[in-house]
Amino acid sequence: MMALLKRDLAIATRSGGAAMLGVLFFLAVVAVIPFGIGPDLNLLSRIGPAILWIGALLASLLGLDRLFQADREDGSLDMLVMQDWFGLVATVFVKCLAHWLATGLPLVLAAPLLGLLMNMSATSTGAVMLTLVAGTPAISFIGAVGAAIAVALPRGGLLVSILILPLAIPILIFGVSASYAAVTDPDPFLPPFMILSAIALFFAALGPVAAAAALKGASD
Amino acid sequence: MFWTGSPPFLAVRSGDRMRATATKLKGRRGDSVLFDDISFSVGRGEALVVTGPNGAGKSTLLRMLAGLLAADSGSFTLQGDDGADLPVAEFAHYLGHRNAMKRELRVSENLSFWQRFQRPEDGQGLSVDAAIEAVGLSGVAHLPFGYLSAGQQRRIALARLLVARRPLWLLDEPTAALDSRSDRLFADLVHAHLAEGGLAIAATHQPLGLDRVIPLELTGIHRAATGAGEVW
Repeated sequence: MMALLKRDLAIATRSGGAAMLGVLFFLAVVAVIPFGIGPDLNLLSRIGPAILWIGALLASLLGLDRLFQADREDGSLDMLVMQDWFGLVATVFVKCLAHWLATGLPLVLAAPLLGLLMNMSATSTGAVMLTLVAGTPAISFIGAVGAAIAVALPRGGLLVSILILPLAIPILIFGVSASYAAVTDPDPFLPPFMILSAIALFFAALGPVAAAAALKGASD
Repeated sequence: MFWTGSPPFLAVRSGDRMRATATKLKGRRGDSVLFDDISFSVGRGEALVVTGPNGAGKSTLLRMLAGLLAADSGSFTLQGDDGADLPVAEFAHYLGHRNAMKRELRVSENLSFWQRFQRPEDGQGLSVDAAIEAVGLSGVAHLPFGYLSAGQQRRIALARLLVARRPLWLLDEPTAALDSRSDRLFADLVHAHLAEGGLAIAATHQPLGLDRVIPLELTGIHRAATGAGEVW
């Protein structure tokens, strides 16, 4: 399984890989907001965490449909599916992990830079980074289900996003509310953050199993 | 584990009971029945060669055997030397139309990935370099897979079967894109595999030059799924 992690990371970082695509999209989305909103620093810092979270969510969804489709196109997916049930679930889990390391982690690391653009305080930026660390893996894990369902469709990208978005909304809500709670005084930070972490753990357990079932059923 | 003797997979002829058996397999695409009532049994050192016109269901049959498609009815089992059922997915190599290699990665990276991913627990199989050598392509190991020609890519895909040793080979048009010299090389590889006690089921029109070939011809008569009766 380490071999699979290494392979997927190598593919994501080589030319044409998905790693840079997501983070560039994130930069583009967030960087144009200040120009659109105008130089109202108070407004920017107030909406900053939400904008960063929305940007990260969309960037995470961007390359998701390729998660299994690339393997399907070159025939590797047949070998991945030709395993016992536990092996297949573990394979999907590892692929999600690799996907997060290649596309989710760079978003977390790019957040402080974009926090500056949005005139966010250090605390606020830190809170966004922390919630992104907990929240973006959840998007990868539940996204795998959509990617597995749409694997046989030639242009499944939009379908994956539509399938996943309702499930990703709770992640967004609790991610943003935890980020705000860190800077607005009476609100406690911990409860929404704990719920966000719980969602991430739940999706990490459920996503690979559901995706594995979809892959087993989708073979043609 | 079913391999109890010391040199497991290579110590063949003594047990000689590993068999791949299909009983009354039925496959369909949409509403038309591609084949029905397919039964065969392949033992160690034997090859089943599936022939038939385009669209006769050769690929469907092989994907069914690999467990990638559910059979309409019937079953396919692989029995070990001790008579116990083995999971086909872990004891069979499937080589489909596509090569299962990443264009972005080097040939050696591709093969060593599959070696680590597919090698059975007792770790039998050639080293990556030896496998590349065996398909006659030494010197390409450092190139990205996408740089190779179609025929070379196919030969590297064949090398995957060598880096992780599995007893049953399921080959779907394995010689597509190969020139006649590579055809012979491929026939030799299958020959060696069978001589070591392997089993092979191949959809190919290429004469393999083997002595123990079981022919299976799919006629490709498509019938409505409702109509019962013999198809081939």
